[in-house]
Amino acid sequence: MPLDIKPVAPGHSFTVVGTRPLRPDGLDKVTGRAKFGADATAPGMLIGKVLRSPHAHARIRSIDASKALALPGVKAVVTRDDFKEGDPDFRDVLRNIMARDKALYEGHAVAAVAAVSAIVARKALKLIKVDYQVLPHVTDVEQAMRADAPVLHDDMFTAGLEEAPDNAASAAKAEEFGHVEDAKEKESDPHHGASLTGGFRPQSKKPSNVAKRHEFGHGDVEKGFAKADIVIERKFRTEATHQGYIEPHACLANYGSDGQGELWGCTQGHYMVRNVSAQLLGMDVSKLRVTASEIGGGFGGKTTVFLEPVALALSRKAGKPVKMVMNRDEVFRASGPTSSATIWVKIGCTKAGRITAAETELKLQGGAFAGSPVDMAAMAAFACYDLENVKAVGWDVVVNRPKQAAYRAPGAPISAFGVESVIDELAHKIGMDPLDFRLKNAAKEGTKSSYGPTYGPIGLIPTLEAVKKHPHYKAPLKAGQGRGLATGFWFNFGGQTCVSLNINIDGTVALALGTPDIGGSRASMCQMAAEELGIPYDKVRAVVADTSSLGFNDVTEGSRATFSSGLATIQAARDAIGKLCGRAAQMWGISADAVVWKKGHAKPSGSNAGNFEPLSLADIAKVAANTGGPIAGHYEVNAEGAGVSFSTHIADVEVDRETGRTLITRYTVIQDAGKAIHPSYVEGQYQGGAAQGIGWALNEEYIYGEDGKLQNPGFLDYRIPVASDLPMIDTVILEIPNPGHPYGLRGVGETSIVPPLAAIANAVSAAAGVRMLELPMSPPKILKAIGGQAAGKGKSKEKGGSKR
Amino acid sequence: MTSVRVSTTINGDAVEYLCDAEETLLDVLRDRLGLTGSKEGCGTGDCGACSVTLDGRLVCSCLVLGAEADGRKVATIEGIANGDKLHPLQQKFLEHAALQCGICTPGFLVASKALLEKNPNPTETEIRYWLAGNLCRCTGYDKIVRAVTSAAAEMRESR
Repeated sequence: MPLDIKPVAPGHSFTVVGTRPLRPDGLDKVTGRAKFGADATAPGMLIGKVLRSPHAHARIRSIDASKALALPGVKAVVTRDDFKEGDPDFRDVLRNIMARDKALYEGHAVAAVAAVSAIVARKALKLIKVDYQVLPHVTDVEQAMRADAPVLHDDMFTAGLEEAPDNAASAAKAEEFGHVEDAKEKESDPHHGASLTGGFRPQSKKPSNVAKRHEFGHGDVEKGFAKADIVIERKFRTEATHQGYIEPHACLANYGSDGQGELWGCTQGHYMVRNVSAQLLGMDVSKLRVTASEIGGGFGGKTTVFLEPVALALSRKAGKPVKMVMNRDEVFRASGPTSSATIWVKIGCTKAGRITAAETELKLQGGAFAGSPVDMAAMAAFACYDLENVKAVGWDVVVNRPKQAAYRAPGAPISAFGVESVIDELAHKIGMDPLDFRLKNAAKEGTKSSYGPTYGPIGLIPTLEAVKKHPHYKAPLKAGQGRGLATGFWFNFGGQTCVSLNINIDGTVALALGTPDIGGSRASMCQMAAEELGIPYDKVRAVVADTSSLGFNDVTEGSRATFSSGLATIQAARDAIGKLCGRAAQMWGISADAVVWKKGHAKPSGSNAGNFEPLSLADIAKVAANTGGPIAGHYEVNAEGAGVSFSTHIADVEVDRETGRTLITRYTVIQDAGKAIHPSYVEGQYQGGAAQGIGWALNEEYIYGEDGKLQNPGFLDYRIPVASDLPMIDTVILEIPNPGHPYGLRGVGETSIVPPLAAIANAVSAAAGVRMLELPMSPPKILKAIGGQAAGKGKSKEKGGSKR
Repeated sequence: MTSVRVSTTINGDAVEYLCDAEETLLDVLRDRLGLTGSKEGCGTGDCGACSVTLDGRLVCSCLVLGAEADGRKVATIEGIANGDKLHPLQQKFLEHAALQCGICTPGFLVASKALLEKNPNPTETEIRYWLAGNLCRCTGYDKIVRAVTSAAAEMRESR
């Protein structure tokens, strides 16, 4: 953290922060006036459409677009030949937006056309002839790791193997789970042949679908397990889910023959869109101006480019503006879902409830390119616990599916599902309340986290204690109902941020931000600016500036926008206050350091106190032209100190034993916000994360056929929770200040999706009397489990018992 | 050309347009008439972001052809406020923070207005089932249901 960030004193009384004013973009959004990605038009605009691969894996021998180009109304076609491979850092993103030698998943873009109307563009797509050589495909993470699996990239060699697991641990695991990933494992191991991964042994000399092995942890887990009275290990599966934003990807590109381009569209990061698109098109960054439209949801899914470089290439070729909008089918088939995964978890504890060792191995497929969030899944897996011996291994695997994109706390809900399920089972096994079990092992200030750093002040124990006090936790359950508890962690993120705060002639403020506002963050920024300056909330107007108007800002991701842009807003306001005090000093003819800023006014202090009437911000602004010109505050930072966040959820469910349907009857989210700037939108993040987690737990999944094609690319068959599926979602906001932010805030967007998968699994397990090991817990899976066919592949051993 | 000539009423105003026979009402509203408040979330009638009323009946405009609006009355999000005075539903959505990204909001408002015209005093369950055809991915519906309940109460009082 830069040294100049001064936190407010503990117990500081806020005026604007913590209130619930109406959001500045609200009126436009309730009247239909707000302009989202697909709502822009330009004179002479063409419509662009993408031709996508019908095959999961195929070599593209040739593409013939001559008939399409001959269709009246068609103005341009682009293919792989219109994009040059250059910087290796941009290779995968280039190959994902437009297939090169191979189509790597069903839905992979192969060509695109621009025409005078959508109808003509669609006709043209049918006239493009692509000669495919269909190749064997693989869509399952375990199958993709097999030695005999079709290999997607013949230049992918597993990285990170120098930290290969020791033989003993792997061999023991192989005995129980029938799979081994150890490169050093002996060839003669009898379990290899029958193993789930077909004896996969990653090695750096032979190409495979395993991009990388990650390992985190400390201590000695084998020694820790030896000290345990009881050890439980389980294997879990989760299917891929989609972020499910209601607004499909959309953009409007305009590339002139003078080499200058403009782009409008829905994105979580318009600077990222500018930098990546400019690179792929060989443009100077300064020549591309990107404006972020209002964004209709992202949840991580709009942190990458899909259509934008293609629309620019079409516009460049056609010499006209080109608008491109995905349909829902394309969103499902070709934009980022999250990973599917297998999760192995082993935790040991004493009879008194102290964890002695915890270990996990995670395999996450990230679609057709490297970069699944398995590293974050592994780092977050045990982050809630104070552990002496902990180890987390993660495998990043590619398959013939769309490249995964970030999804709200990427990876963490997946590992938390496994870990929190085993924690629940352990607590019940030793006859301890699962809440007390977590309290006994909870990470706190000073704990060395499972992923490395030592924690500062954190809010995990307060969330657990708040659960204990909450009436929900003690409320009686009806017959057939079950209650589940789970806790979750997210890192939170700071990142590159730039804010400009301009004082207007009438004393109002124009605040320019560079982080697209997904969920109401402009309101929070206005509150922080108003708080710092001592002026009313409605005197500040915040806009998301275009890329040519403000310095670089990282993508809105990692729960960073309100933290980082908020921090920069406060600092920019403080910068402006310094200048305002200087102007007042000039007007009074006293020294600038003899002026203080209080409640929106410059006041003389020290020996000058009381000598001059205080000047309001408006008084100083009105005569700024006479005292040196415009007054503005700026701040640029690569923000650190985001402050980790914890959330604990309580879920009550009712399982219908005849249909297998699970109904959520009550749900409570308790989470640390550090400081809630606009409590309504903090609650909204808690509720929204919980609802997405409920969908992930109960209904949502990507279903692939044997042909490698997605079978449910629509909201009818990929069912996200609807209003009648959910109860009210109660929230409790805790405020354990984050020392890294002037007002103490922590990001709140992501942590809330981490606990629900396990909280509901624990509740369903309690209600149905069986341990649920696979997501989604859809009615057929629940019926099967109740029928006794899914008692679990794992086993538990009670050492104490066997000794007697 | 195969264009169809259509005379209709949109938000109380007489409107004429030409559209392609295969063009949806949603595309006509957005692309020909500039009424972009209605959104396309799916194009298959699953998300409700394009909700409008046709002769008072709640429909997904992505499942209606532009030609079908001939001689009928269409009401969209753009017609809900009365001049500069917001409809109580719009006001309550703002006060209750019932929107985050706002892409689904026009559809929810159109659908909620249709509900309250039919049932001025809906229970929470009735609201949830009526709105089950409108998808929101941000809010978990909690604040939307509260906003509709609160607007209904205010509208009953002001009668």
